[in-house]
Amino acid sequence: MSSTAKPVLIENVSLAGQVNSNLLIVDGEIAEAQGSPIDAPADAIRIDATGLIALPGLVDLHTHLREPGREDAETIESGSRSAARGGFTAIHAMANTTPVADSAGVVEQVWSRGREVGLVDVYPVGAVTVGLGGTQLSEMGAMAMSRARVRVFSDDGKCVSDPVIMRRALEYVKTFGGVIAQHSQDPRLTEGAQMHEGIVSAELGLTGWPAVAEESIIARDVLLTEHVGSRLHVCHVSTAGSVDIIRWAKARGINVTAEVMPHHLLLTDESVRGYDARFKVNPPLRTQADVDAVRAGLADGTIDIIATDHAPHPDEDKDCEWGAAAMGMIGLETALGIVQKAMVDTGLMNWSQVALRMSHLPAVIGGVADAHGLNLDKGEAANITLVDPSAPWLVDPAKTASRSNNSPFGGIELPGRAVATFLRGTPTYLDERFEGLFA
Amino acid sequence: MRHLLTTAGLAREDAIRILDTAAQMAATQERETRKLPTLRGKTVVNLFFEDSTRTRISFEAAAKRLSADVINFSAKGSSVSKGESLKDTALTLQAMGADAVVVRHWASGAAERLATSGWVHGSVLNAGDGTHQHPTQALLDAYTIRKHLVESPDGAGLDGLRVAIVGDVLHSRVAGSNGYLLTTLGAKVSVVAPPTLLPVGITARPELEVFYTLDEALDAHKFDAIMMLRVQRERMTGAAFFPSPEEYTRMYGLDAARMARLPEQAIIMHPGPMNRGLEISAEAADAPNSVIVEQVANGVAVRMAALYLLLAGEEAAE
Amino acid sequence: MTGTILGAPDISRAITRIAHEIVERNDGAGNIVLLGIPTRGLPLARRLADALVAIEPTFDSAARTGALDITMYRDDLHRQPTRAIGTTTMPTAGIDDATVVLVDDVFHTGRTIRAALDAISDLGRPRTVQLAVLVDRGHRELPIRADYVGKNIPTSRSERVDVRLLEVDGEDAVVLRRGENEGAGEGA
Repeated sequence: MSSTAKPVLIENVSLAGQVNSNLLIVDGEIAEAQGSPIDAPADAIRIDATGLIALPGLVDLHTHLREPGREDAETIESGSRSAARGGFTAIHAMANTTPVADSAGVVEQVWSRGREVGLVDVYPVGAVTVGLGGTQLSEMGAMAMSRARVRVFSDDGKCVSDPVIMRRALEYVKTFGGVIAQHSQDPRLTEGAQMHEGIVSAELGLTGWPAVAEESIIARDVLLTEHVGSRLHVCHVSTAGSVDIIRWAKARGINVTAEVMPHHLLLTDESVRGYDARFKVNPPLRTQADVDAVRAGLADGTIDIIATDHAPHPDEDKDCEWGAAAMGMIGLETALGIVQKAMVDTGLMNWSQVALRMSHLPAVIGGVADAHGLNLDKGEAANITLVDPSAPWLVDPAKTASRSNNSPFGGIELPGRAVATFLRGTPTYLDERFEGLFA
Repeated sequence: MRHLLTTAGLAREDAIRILDTAAQMAATQERETRKLPTLRGKTVVNLFFEDSTRTRISFEAAAKRLSADVINFSAKGSSVSKGESLKDTALTLQAMGADAVVVRHWASGAAERLATSGWVHGSVLNAGDGTHQHPTQALLDAYTIRKHLVESPDGAGLDGLRVAIVGDVLHSRVAGSNGYLLTTLGAKVSVVAPPTLLPVGITARPELEVFYTLDEALDAHKFDAIMMLRVQRERMTGAAFFPSPEEYTRMYGLDAARMARLPEQAIIMHPGPMNRGLEISAEAADAPNSVIVEQVANGVAVRMAALYLLLAGEEAAE
Repeated sequence: MTGTILGAPDISRAITRIAHEIVERNDGAGNIVLLGIPTRGLPLARRLADALVAIEPTFDSAARTGALDITMYRDDLHRQPTRAIGTTTMPTAGIDDATVVLVDDVFHTGRTIRAALDAISDLGRPRTVQLAVLVDRGHRELPIRADYVGKNIPTSRSERVDVRLLEVDGEDAVVLRRGENEGAGEGA
């Protein structure tokens, strides 16, 4: 999408589902935001947003862009494109690339490539330990001070399981106001694990991934966080027990935040029957009781945000027997629709809370709230996502902008989606209904 | 019947039909000329991603006795070193024209993947997938039990019989298949294992009675058949499922003393290969009421029946 | 002509006559072994055995009657749903060097008998094989003939010949009917 110099007038849009408004974008900023009609310049591009909802540009705290190293699955460019289509204006690129993002050099490479592509603000996440090996702290200070300004550190894909290393990491990031985002998975309890440990795994003969392997790490980490007075972010919460522990920790005043993935709001381990590896993910799909608990946790704020854990994999890593398949699903383009289906249309959340949990709070946790997740007020940067909540669509994994097609949602109908995404006033994604407007 | 992947969904009358057909097949194996022309012109591929000479030979014998052509394909690989791709191998075999693929694989669900993926057009027969299912083993076990313990076996199930399955239930596809099949046929199944070797989900199966020691089980019931599962030594100390082989034998081994507590009609079974002295003593293995060797012969008849039912009729692929 | 072609007395007479023919052709029943092809060839074989005993009381009908299931030798298995396999019971007198008389209800294309001949050759080596059928309806597809025929009934291909026997169907009758298509699995 080329940048445009013309002002953009978005008319009759519902701001986070709360109040009708008109927005005028000039030079990347919201020049006017008011309920009454705006007297716009003659050359302004007018968007009739009747029936649409405007959210602050969505922020994903958990994306896998695969570049450097696995460009066959995804590149920073294709991932950015997919993010823009999903309504995101900022994404945090996880560190489990090849080479691992454990040095200033690699994070700066990712950061500048993101800027070059220019479709979404790519914030690199730095690894907690060198090579994700779990034994030696990476140069988090250097990464924090680099041009990439890293604030979120994670060994995601792997757990920082050594309690001493986790303690040191939690202490160390206080230096620059960073946060450790932990992939909570006790490695010893989950050796060879393929799916949630329960009734279904027994029937299917697949090694189980018990809920306690997630919960025991979270329990340990929140206590460590309290002890050293630091800040913790829990990645992809998936079990009822995890929600309980986090609720307890927050009640105690522990500085912990948590995220949930769209697929854990919708799918259960029953989907694994049939051994279709598109349902293979880490942490695994759990039981209906767990789905109900994480939905309730998201609704009451125990879980702060939604993140996608967009994890592209090439066909050969999914079109095979379960045991040989990779774990993960793409999700940037289906996240909003799934959240609407699972949370908004069921009455558990409203669009204002979607703005909170998919834009504002992720930006706060990631330390980018000066640029993203801001209210759509006059004077703020024009990072805007327009959502059509009444645009049912059938998910077709082949039609994604991502290089990979590993989505388990093929054939599922989602109720709505992003139809326009603006990054500092420039449209980075436009639905075909707006074709021709920005010629 | 298009595929034979699992005993979990197998209806009682279909199971009995397989057993009855196996009986007819077994009868033909008493003759001088053991070969039948029934599957002449059909190609059966043995696709084995896991070493198993015994099972492969059993399937090969079954196919050849029905005059089918047999192609053997051994592929390398394990959960650690992925090896050859199931998909590519299957596509190659399909190009060679396989009417049936007998597949053994280290990954649970591999047979189902093969059957539903469209990579092969013929019938898929699961010869053991990971720790999931091994349907023909359960069928030959059921056949053996029926032959010894049911008055008029033809058309009959295993109603009222009591069977004990002893050993590493968690990792055993033989236990997996038998648990469902024997229950479907009307038997009452007890599983005997230390808690570490039982799947967490077993509590959701009310039809299976669980005992934590073999002596408790023998106190509780008079078993008509006792099936000893092979124990893998690597699972002992390495993976901490059990303290030591010696303790295992003391608590779960079928020795002469425990054998004496079985009722007169009871038969002793083992899917093989046996660890003599570990899960089963030599006396038990060689006892007059041990049917372990016969199970092997029955395996050929049952596999002949399975191949016949999958390939002979018009429901066979295409 | 449709309707009942043979009634119970006709069938009975046919069997008696065939028994006499067998004895005459083979100079006595001493070396005869009867193999009935299930389903209805079996009761027919037993009745024939009883008839032979009436002619030659020394004929050991129990030891010299058996069943020959030919399912596994058929050449048309793939054209029909999977068939259940029936039981083959060898007569205790054995078939090696014997005069085996195959017994079936309807003789039609000849394919059943071809399969029966293959089955017999896997079971032993008779000196001679002869064929006795209750009804010959013509339309042979193979060069096979019957030695003993109860009744010749010329038919058109679309017609069906149903043999009913007391032991299986509760009555004795041979009925000719119009059928929509070629009777699959109808007979020999």
